[in-house]
Amino acid sequence: MPADTATSLSPAGAPVAPASGETRESPGARVRAALGRWEALLVGLLVLTFLVGQGLSPEFLTADSFTTGSLDFSEVAIMALALTLVIVAAEIDLSIASVLALSSAVMADLWNRGLPLELIMPICLVVGALCGAFNGVLVTRLGLPSLAVTIGTLALFRGLAFVVIGDESVTDFPATWTDRAFGNFAGTFVPNTMVLFAVLAIGFGVLLHSTPFGRSVYAIGANEEASYFSGLRVKRIKLTLFVLAGIVAALAGIVITLRNSTAAANVGQGFELTAVTAVLLGGVSIFGGRGTILGVILALLLLGGIQKALLLSESISSYWIQIVTGVLLVGSVLGPNLARRVSEIRRRRSSQRPEEGS
Amino acid sequence: MSAGTVRAPGPATNESARARRLTEWVFRIRELGIVLALVLLIAVTAILEPRFIEADSLRNLALNASIFAILAAGQTLVIVTRNVDLSVGSVLGLSAYLAGDLLSGNPGLPLPVVFALGMALGAACGLFNAILVTWGQVPALVVTLGTLYAFRGLAFLWTDGSQVNAETLPEAFLDLGTSSVLGVPYLVIIALVVVLAVGQWLRDYRSGRELYAIGSNPDGARLAGVRSDRRVLTAFVVAGALAGLGGVLFTARFGTVDATAGVGYELTVIAAAVVGGVAIFGGIGSVYGAALGALLLGCITSSLIVLRVEAFWQQAAIGALLLSAIALDRLLGLRIEAALRRRSARRAG
Repeated sequence: MPADTATSLSPAGAPVAPASGETRESPGARVRAALGRWEALLVGLLVLTFLVGQGLSPEFLTADSFTTGSLDFSEVAIMALALTLVIVAAEIDLSIASVLALSSAVMADLWNRGLPLELIMPICLVVGALCGAFNGVLVTRLGLPSLAVTIGTLALFRGLAFVVIGDESVTDFPATWTDRAFGNFAGTFVPNTMVLFAVLAIGFGVLLHSTPFGRSVYAIGANEEASYFSGLRVKRIKLTLFVLAGIVAALAGIVITLRNSTAAANVGQGFELTAVTAVLLGGVSIFGGRGTILGVILALLLLGGIQKALLLSESISSYWIQIVTGVLLVGSVLGPNLARRVSEIRRRRSSQRPEEGS
Repeated sequence: MSAGTVRAPGPATNESARARRLTEWVFRIRELGIVLALVLLIAVTAILEPRFIEADSLRNLALNASIFAILAAGQTLVIVTRNVDLSVGSVLGLSAYLAGDLLSGNPGLPLPVVFALGMALGAACGLFNAILVTWGQVPALVVTLGTLYAFRGLAFLWTDGSQVNAETLPEAFLDLGTSSVLGVPYLVIIALVVVLAVGQWLRDYRSGRELYAIGSNPDGARLAGVRSDRRVLTAFVVAGALAGLGGVLFTARFGTVDATAGVGYELTVIAAAVVGGVAIFGGIGSVYGAALGALLLGCITSSLIVLRVEAFWQQAAIGALLLSAIALDRLLGLRIEAALRRRSARRAG
C-alpha cells in the first residue's frame, strides 16, 4: 500500500486527494479505505522522504544522520506525545515550551544551591505537574477556553523561568548525567533520548488506545456533553491530561538541559508550535475525538526526516524546511477535505443514475 | 450600538431593547476597565518615578504600542468571526522586508506606493489564508499555523540571510517612524486613524455587524442570510492588509530589517486582543478594546522598565494580566447571562 500512496503524491510532497480518479468498483473502494487511513499516507510520505533524502545526499540514510537528526528533535517529540492526548480531548496546551523552560530554570537554580541532581529532577517534574494543574484548573473549574488560558500561561511560565534564573545560564552540570542525555543507547546508534521517547510513546500509546481512560479521552473529544451525561468525569479527566502534559514538558526540560548541558530561561522558544504541528500532521483533529499516537510518531519521523534531508542537501536551501512544514500541515487537513468533497459529488452523481444504486 | 454580542434578534420589543442596553453597558464597562487600569498604571508609575510622564518617555510608549494596536485591530476582525490568524508575525516580516528592499533599491519611489504594495502583499497573504479557511474548510488555527511557517520560510528564502540597513533607506521614510507633527508621532496618528476606521466599521456597519453574527452563531448567521464565507474572507484580507501596513511601519521605525522581523508577534497580538475583551471563541469584543489592550501591554512593559523592576517579571506580569482578563470576562459573561435570564423570566411570568 505505501508504494501506491507514494505515487499519488504531487512532486511538492503535499498530500493530494487519495487516488480518487480510478476508484469505481469495490477494489477501488478498498484501496480508498486503506488510503483513507492517514497513517498509510504518512508511511508513503515517509518512504518518499527517504528516497528524496537519499537522492539529495548519500549521507541521509546513515546511522550518523539518524543520531544527530533525532537528538535535536527529542524534546519536541517527547512533548508531542502528551499533547496528542490533550488535543484528542479537544483542548490545547500552548504553554508546554514554557513549562520546559521553567523546569530547566528550576533545575539550574536548585543545582546552584547545591542540591543533588537525583533530588532535583523529581522536583522539576512536580513543578511541571503544578503548571499543568494550574492550566487544568483554569480550564475545567473556571470554564475558560484552553487556547486563551495557555497563551496566558505561555507568557506566565516563561516569565517565571526568567524570574528564577534571569538571563544567566548554568553550565556546570555533572558529566555523568549530561553524557547520559547526550549519549547513545548501549553502543548502538540510537540516542538515549530516543529510547526515552520510545518508552513514553509505548506508554502513551497504551494509555490512549487500550485503557478505559484512553477511550474516555476520545469520547470527551468527540462529544463532551454526551460523555458527561454518560457518567464520565470529564473535568477530572481533562485535568489529568493537563497535568500529564505538564509533567512530560518538565521531563523534556530536564532532557534538553542535560543534553545541551546548559540551562537558560529562553530555551525552547517556539517549540509549542512545532509540537502542535507534529500532532496535527499526525492526523489528530484539532476539534478532538480523532487521531492516533502512531500517526503522531510517523509525523515526527516525517518532520525530522525532511529537516535532516534539507539540512544535508547542498542544492536546496534549508529555508525550505519551514515552507514544507507549513504546506504539509495545511495539506494534512485540506487533502482529506477535498477527497471527501470529491467523493460526495461522485456519490450524488451516481445516485442520480438508478442502475448504479447498489 | 456599542460593540457586543449579537443576540438572537427577538421580537423588537421594549424588552429586547433593554436587554441590548444591558449588554452594551457591560461592554462599555469592559473597555472602561482597561482605561482605568491604564490610568492607574500610569499614575502609580508616575508617582514612583516622575520621569515616566515626561514627553519623551510617553512618546516612546505610544510609538511601541502603535504597530501592535494596528495588528490587534486586524486580529479582532478575525477572532470575532470565531477564527484566528497566527500568521500575522510572518506576514509582517514579509512586507517589512518588501518595503526595505524596494526603498533601498529605488530610493525615489513615492512612499504611498510602498505602503500600497506592502498592504497588497499582506492582503494577498490574508486572501490565501481565507481561501483555505472558507473554500478548503480547514480550521483557521491549522491554516494560519501552517502559513506562519510557510510565510516565514518564504521571507528567509527571499532575503537569503541578508538584511536591509537604515543607511540605505530614504530619510523621509525613516522620519515616518520617528518624527512627529505637533508633538504627536506620525506612527501614532496612523494607528489612531486605522483603529478608528476599522473600529467604526465593525461597530456601525452592516457588514461589520455580520462578523459578530458569524462569530456568535455560524449556522444561525448563514440561515439568516449572512454571506459568511465572503465576510470571513473580508476579515482575513483586512487583517492581512493591516499586518502588511504594520510591516511597512516596522521598517520605518526600526530601519534595520531581516527575515526575522516580527517573530513571535502573533501571540502578543492575540494576547492584546484578549486582554482588550475580545473573546477567543468569537462574537464578542471591539477593535477599540483590542487597541487599548495593546496599549496596556506596552505600558506594563515600559513602566516595569522605568520602575527598574527586574525586566524578568515583564512576561510573567503580561501572562497574569491575560489570565485575569479572561477570568474577568467569564465572570461578567455569567453575570450578563443571569441578568438576561431573570429579565426574560420576569417578562414571561
